[in-house]
Formats: sequence, C-alpha cells, structure tokens
Amino acid sequence: MQTLKSKYSLLIVVLSLALLVTVPLLFPGYKTSIATEILIFAILAMSIDILAGYTGRTPLCHGAIFGVATYVMLYYVTEMGGSPWVGVLFAVFASILVSIIFALLAIRTSGVYFILLTLALGMIVWGVCLRWTSVTGGENGLRGSVTPLWLQDKVTLYYFIASCFVVLVWMMWRFVNSPFGLTLKGIRDSESRMRTLGYNVPLHLFLGFVVSGFFAGVAGALYAFFNSFVSPSTVALAQSTEGLLMAIVGGAGTLFGGIIGAALVISLENIVSLYTERWLMVIGFMFIFMMIFAPSGVLGAVRNFIKSRQ
Amino acid sequence: MSMTIFQLLNSATFAALLFVVASGFTLIFGLMRIVNLAHGALYLFGGYLGLTISMMGGNFYVSAIGAAIGVALMGLIIDLGLLRFVKGNELRQVLLTLGVAFVLNDLALVLWGGDTYSIPVPSYLDGPFEMGDVTYPKYRLFVLLVGILIFIALWLLMAKTKLGALIRAGVDDSETVSAMGVDIRKIFIYTFMLGAALAGLGGVMGGAFLTLYPTADSEILVFSLAVVIIGGRGSLVGAAVGSILVAMLANFGQVWFPELAYFVIFGPMAVLLAFRPLGLFGKAS
Repeated sequence: MQTLKSKYSLLIVVLSLALLVTVPLLFPGYKTSIATEILIFAILAMSIDILAGYTGRTPLCHGAIFGVATYVMLYYVTEMGGSPWVGVLFAVFASILVSIIFALLAIRTSGVYFILLTLALGMIVWGVCLRWTSVTGGENGLRGSVTPLWLQDKVTLYYFIASCFVVLVWMMWRFVNSPFGLTLKGIRDSESRMRTLGYNVPLHLFLGFVVSGFFAGVAGALYAFFNSFVSPSTVALAQSTEGLLMAIVGGAGTLFGGIIGAALVISLENIVSLYTERWLMVIGFMFIFMMIFAPSGVLGAVRNFIKSRQ
Repeated sequence: MSMTIFQLLNSATFAALLFVVASGFTLIFGLMRIVNLAHGALYLFGGYLGLTISMMGGNFYVSAIGAAIGVALMGLIIDLGLLRFVKGNELRQVLLTLGVAFVLNDLALVLWGGDTYSIPVPSYLDGPFEMGDVTYPKYRLFVLLVGILIFIALWLLMAKTKLGALIRAGVDDSETVSAMGVDIRKIFIYTFMLGAALAGLGGVMGGAFLTLYPTADSEILVFSLAVVIIGGRGSLVGAAVGSILVAMLANFGQVWFPELAYFVIFGPMAVLLAFRPLGLFGKAS
C-alpha cells in the first residue's frame, strides 16, 4: 500500500470508516448480521495473513486457535455462569496458550512442513473437542447465549463488533509496519540473511506466531457473542482453510486483503447456501481456481497493476 | 486372553493399514515434493468405490483391486489436470490439493450419503481366530498380513527394479536424473498413481474394519501426516516405523485416556520435531 499516495490512502480510510458506520442503514435486517460475521472473519483472515503473508509461514491451525476461544467463552459463561467480559479474558488467554504451544513446535519448521505440522496440530484440537464430551459436549457442542442484554440487538452488536474491529485492524496495521513486523518480512524473504545480520530468527517467529494467535483468539471470542453456539466444526480444518482462503482471495501480504476476502467469501457463502448445500465443494473449487489462476489475490493484483504502471 | 496382547495386536493391525496409506503419501512427498492433502479423500473414495463394487456383486478382492485402479486414475487426473499448472510451487500445490480434498469429500457425501458403511469381507475371513487362549478377529490378522506383503513388495520395487532405482535417484536429485536422459515426468506420474492406488487400497482394507463415514478422510490424513512427520519423507522404512509408533500411541492412548487419544500422538511428535525436524529417516533436500 506504500505505493499509493498518502492522500489516496487517507481517502480510502475515510470512505471505509464511513461505510462501516452506515452498514446498518445500507444493509438492514439480517444483512447487518452478515456484515457482523464478515468483520469477525476479517479479523481471523488478517491474523492468518500476519503469518502467511508477512512471515512466509502458511498456517492451517488458526481455525483451532479461533475456536478454542469460542469454546472457552461458551464454557465459562454458560456452564460456569461467569461474566462474559471475564470470559473474553479467559478465552483470549486460552488462545494465547494454545498459540504458544503450537509456536514452540511449528517455528522449527518452514515451507510445506510448517503447513503439515500446523494442520496436524489443529486437527488434534478438533479431535479433542470431538471426543472430550464431558467438557465440550462432543458433536453436539455447547449452546447458550453469552451476550449481555444491552448487546442482544443486532445493530448494537454490529456497532460493538465494528468498534473492536477498527481498534484491532489499527493494531495489526501498526504491528506489521513496526520494526518487528518488518523483521518478519525480512525473515520471509531471506531467513539466512536475517540470521547473518544478527536477528534472533526463532524468537521473532515465535512472537509473530503468538501475536497472530492472539488476534485469532480475539476474533473467536467475538464470534461467541455473534453465534451463541460452538461445535467441533468451529475448530475444524474447514474453518482454518476458510480463513486462509479469505486471506489469499484478498491477497496474502496485504493485510487489508483479509477484509475484502472475508466480504467476498461470506457473501458468496450466503448466496450459494440459498441454492445448494454444497458449500464445501464451492470452497474447494475456489481454492483450486485461486491457486491456478490468481494466487496473488484481489489486492495483490491491484498492487501488481499499480507497480506495472509506475 | 490378556488385554495387553489384544492391544498389541490391535496396534499391529492398525499399523499395517496406516503403512499402506502413509507409504503412498510418503512416496509422492519424497519424490515429487508434493504434499497431497487429498490423500485422505482418496482413501475415502477408495473405500466407497470398493463398497459400490462389492454391492454390485464383486468379491472382496475384485473390490480392492477395482478401488485401487479407480483411485489411481483419479490420481492421474489430479496430477495431469490440476497439479501440472502449479508445478514447482510447493505452497500452491499444497493448497490446491487441499481444495481437491474438500471437493472430493463433499462429492463423496453427495454420492454415498452420510451414513456409516462397512465393506463386507469373505466368509472365511469373518469371525474370530482362535489359537490357544488367544482369540482375535481373522480379518484384522489378514490386514496385518497384507500390510507386511505390501511392505515387502514396495521394498522389492524400490530396491530391485529399474523403476525403483529411478524413483530413489529422483528422491535424492531429480534434476540430475532428468539430465541423464530419463523422462522423470513419466516416473512422477507413475509414482503419483502408485501412491493414489495405495490410498485406494487402504480405503477398502480400512473400510472393512474401521467403517466408512464422511470424516474418515481427515482422520486417516492426520494419522498419515503424523506417520510422515515422525518417519521422514520419502522413506519406506520411516513410514513403517512411523506407522507402528503412531498406531501404538493411538491404541494405547485410547485405552488409557479415551477422551484425549488424539492428544497422545502429539507428545512424541513434538519431542521428535525438537530433535529431528526432518523425522527419523528424513534427509535434507
């Protein structure tokens, strides 16, 4: 995005914020709920992009990190009768904990091995959620509203999630453009060069992973407000894959691409589900299509176009 | 009969099945550097194809061979029709096969529904096998036997035939092999089909005692991934050792901590990765 003149950047930011504020007016009723869902999944997609786009490590475990937060949230509030706000803290804490364990293992690998390992780690979480019936409710999952009364209204919930969204996006934007984030980019481009320059590569990867997991966890906790239900499919591979697909459709390594990707994928999901139940197949075909024809995604294509014009 | 012998037999027979599936995975991974995440879906398809053939009146062996051939052809289509376009880019290959996995899984749900099926086995393999005070299902012993035979066959193929020598050479350095005038592309296709056929065969073998259901593909995929991560890519011995370890962990885990069985595979995988990121028998490329 640096290639865009700052005037245009400011304009885009202002227009985006204006759009964010007016969504409940432009898209009333159930469409507002879809917008809420888009914002939550955009956070997940951007958290994945921190690793996939900026660090060059493609994770397939973020659905699990996201879902762990949703599980903890629902368990703490509905089974233990706790306050949802304390629940958010516990949920995010649990996600960070899971991320730390995953990170310690995964940063030892790169490339395809990283994908395989994170996939296997995510699947273990799925297996535990499926089988540990006494806590997770097994296949039936956990159900119950964790949303405080004042947030129950769809529009209020939207504005609440949108406010969180703006803060989180700002945090992520600052993070990827901080010296730390630039170091991650350096590791993506050449690990050996960064090591030679004296950077502690494993430590940077570890922290990058945990930060990414933190954002995924916040998205998972917010999802509990939105959905009031969690089952093994929330932590399943399909969730991680969908998040990654959003990041890739928007354009890996562009951060904001995650927002576009989430909007496209979730809108499509809602349209497709009117006609068919074969959503998984659609996701699969989208993945195949993206990989063959458009691996750099929407914003990636825009960026390449701008670069070629200069 | 003591529980331990029973559990050991369970582990050994499960290991045999895992080996059949994971050896295909590791062959493709080792030679072509392609991580085929559709491998689990190919396993499931193999199982369902075998089921359909046996429901149409084919006997067990016809089903198994038919499924292996059918899935090998699916492998051919995936390789020639899709993977060709993303050649040389590992990340795009992996994510593409992930897409294929989703499509195939959903397609299986359309074609065969969400019910649980079991492939019928020949009557002489049905029922328990009794020897002294040991009683154990005959079919599972048969699976163990087939696993061992396939290990021997694959070992002979790799060690004694020209194709095997080319595959081994390709695992170590495919550029040099192709520079020496060998059509490595053809070898890649054979390997991919062989790997897929093993997944399909595994589907029929597993479909008869683990049953077939829509999420069976991801379960077998996780186990195969664990086998390859532990054993190292491209190594048959690694796949065999990995299968035995993973099967034992999964079985004893299920007995001791039934709710956290999956979790038990994770510990050793973690320890191993800490010391040998490429697995027990893996070689750096």
